[in-house]
Amino acid sequence: MSASAEATVLITHEVGLHARPSVKFTKLAKTFSAEVEVALAANGPWFDAKSIVKVMAAKAPKGTVLHIRARGDGAGEAVGALVELVRRDFDEGVDHARTA
Amino acid sequence: MPEPLRLKGISASAGYAEGPLFNLDPVVARYNRKATAADERLALGTAIKAATGRLATLVAATEGDAAEILEFQLAMLEDDALTGPAFAAIAVGQPANTAWRQALDAEIVGYETSDQDYFRARAADMRDIRDQVLRTLTEESEAAAPAGAIFYGEDIAPTRFLETDWSSGGGIALKAGSAASHVAMLARSRGVPMIVGLGASPAHLAGVALLDAEHGGIILAPSRAEVEAFRRKSSSFAARRDRAETFLTRPAVTNAGTAVRVQVNIADPSDVNSIDVSTCDGVGLMRTEFLFGKTLPDEETQYRAYRKVLEWAEDRPVTIRTVDAGGDKPVPGFTVEEGNPFLGLRGIRLSLARPEVFRVQIRALLRAAIHGNLKVMFPMIAVVDEYQRAAALFAEEKAALAARGVAQKMPPLGIMVEVPSVAIAPEAFAEVAFLSIGSNDLTQYVMAAARDNASVAHLNSIRHPAVLRLIASVAAFGRAQKIPVSLCGDAGGDPAAIPALIEAGLRDLSVVPAQLAMAKAAIADVSI
Repeated sequence: MSASAEATVLITHEVGLHARPSVKFTKLAKTFSAEVEVALAANGPWFDAKSIVKVMAAKAPKGTVLHIRARGDGAGEAVGALVELVRRDFDEGVDHARTA
Repeated sequence: MPEPLRLKGISASAGYAEGPLFNLDPVVARYNRKATAADERLALGTAIKAATGRLATLVAATEGDAAEILEFQLAMLEDDALTGPAFAAIAVGQPANTAWRQALDAEIVGYETSDQDYFRARAADMRDIRDQVLRTLTEESEAAAPAGAIFYGEDIAPTRFLETDWSSGGGIALKAGSAASHVAMLARSRGVPMIVGLGASPAHLAGVALLDAEHGGIILAPSRAEVEAFRRKSSSFAARRDRAETFLTRPAVTNAGTAVRVQVNIADPSDVNSIDVSTCDGVGLMRTEFLFGKTLPDEETQYRAYRKVLEWAEDRPVTIRTVDAGGDKPVPGFTVEEGNPFLGLRGIRLSLARPEVFRVQIRALLRAAIHGNLKVMFPMIAVVDEYQRAAALFAEEKAALAARGVAQKMPPLGIMVEVPSVAIAPEAFAEVAFLSIGSNDLTQYVMAAARDNASVAHLNSIRHPAVLRLIASVAAFGRAQKIPVSLCGDAGGDPAAIPALIEAGLRDLSVVPAQLAMAKAAIADVSI
């Protein structure tokens, strides 16, 4: 049987799903064997969550509701872990590039 | 002797540098076409692998922000989605260099055309990735810059910045570039002077240049008098900065012994991560618009954001401003389109017009209040009735939370003084817990000069007697009524405005974190 899971999470990180956050996001996604995708709307378009090129191309700024879905082994864990990462603001403890 | 040439740009990292100009823009490199598509594929694969290896070595040798920037580039270069289109183009007969350039340029366009600064600034990283591979393919080696050089060109690659030894000075002057770029961030953290946005220059520039990255300008072929004036400004800046740093960790006092509270303005909960809490007296203004991006935030999201800052501040006060949307800060689905938004439905007017949205924020604030020393203020108050209606909503929501057994606490409720009606007749507001002067809006309304309009910027001055007189009268009202008065606009951190603010009777300023040291140093020079 093939597991699947889907969830949404609000991006509160100042610069959105952007360079450093997306490195962490795709690295974490790659630790799961399930196929994982992200989208900015429930009806897509869906992007491969393991590709930083695709995740950056989604251009998700702060305040975006990110849709995450997974299919296959550990789909639930994958979605849960990625949602948590976004909720924790990608564990960023440094100041963000900021224009005055 | 060539005529001095002056170019204006935007400061991305303050400081001064004098040195030879080093041209960053690359010369056209030659590429030797290979015999077969398989050889082209091999050449590209080898070049990508070499670039990846160099980046990995550089990552291992750096730390902090710089390492994270390189990791981003490395992750990009290792992603088949980036390299795939180039290999596909080789398969249909393209040489490796053209295939790679076109594939990367297609990606870069997507970044360059983004309407978000942060994504647009990533175009520089993508160009860096492109050029690292291209250089390997064409075996073009980078010319070494002389020590203390001022790098001049379209843009500078983050890897170039990191490979450069800045210990003997030098700086960066870019025709394009962005103050939000990775390089700008690195330049600020390492104290390398940098300006951006110089624009295209008609002439080929060379020779010694003077880079003034405090004000955002560069002088080429300077006269002797200009060099001397520049050196004076440069050493005065260094002295000011060094001196200011020594004030950062001390409480702010004037040279007559008057204590001044200096708090910080923050726009995002994560701002506090880089501030040493012991260097400030609290948060004088926490904006909440960041929460209201494309969607309206739920109560839990807001509660977590407020609680994070309250816990960081320990027992210091944290003044959170209820959402100040509208004006120049539209929020889709919340604010309304107006012909004259600065004079329209913004700040508390909008919150009172949309109580279902406002009540969510109020509940989050009441719940967060138990985690620290919270104060809440309302923006754009013009008449006392607005304050009373907002306060009544707080009382209602507090009672409702209490009835449900939810932990909460009523914070002191104050107002922003930014609409002239309040500054002119503050006696109507004797019941508020505190007053916080929003000098940016107060100035623009008193002078009728929009703060986002460069053509009337000369009118938008807090030091006009009309503005200062209003501030002094609000401060006097506060003293007479025992109502605390503070100021949280940009003027609070402006060394040129600080003496006038203290003279007007203010003893509580809130500044952006980067201005804390300079503000404390400026206060120490005041003899009141």
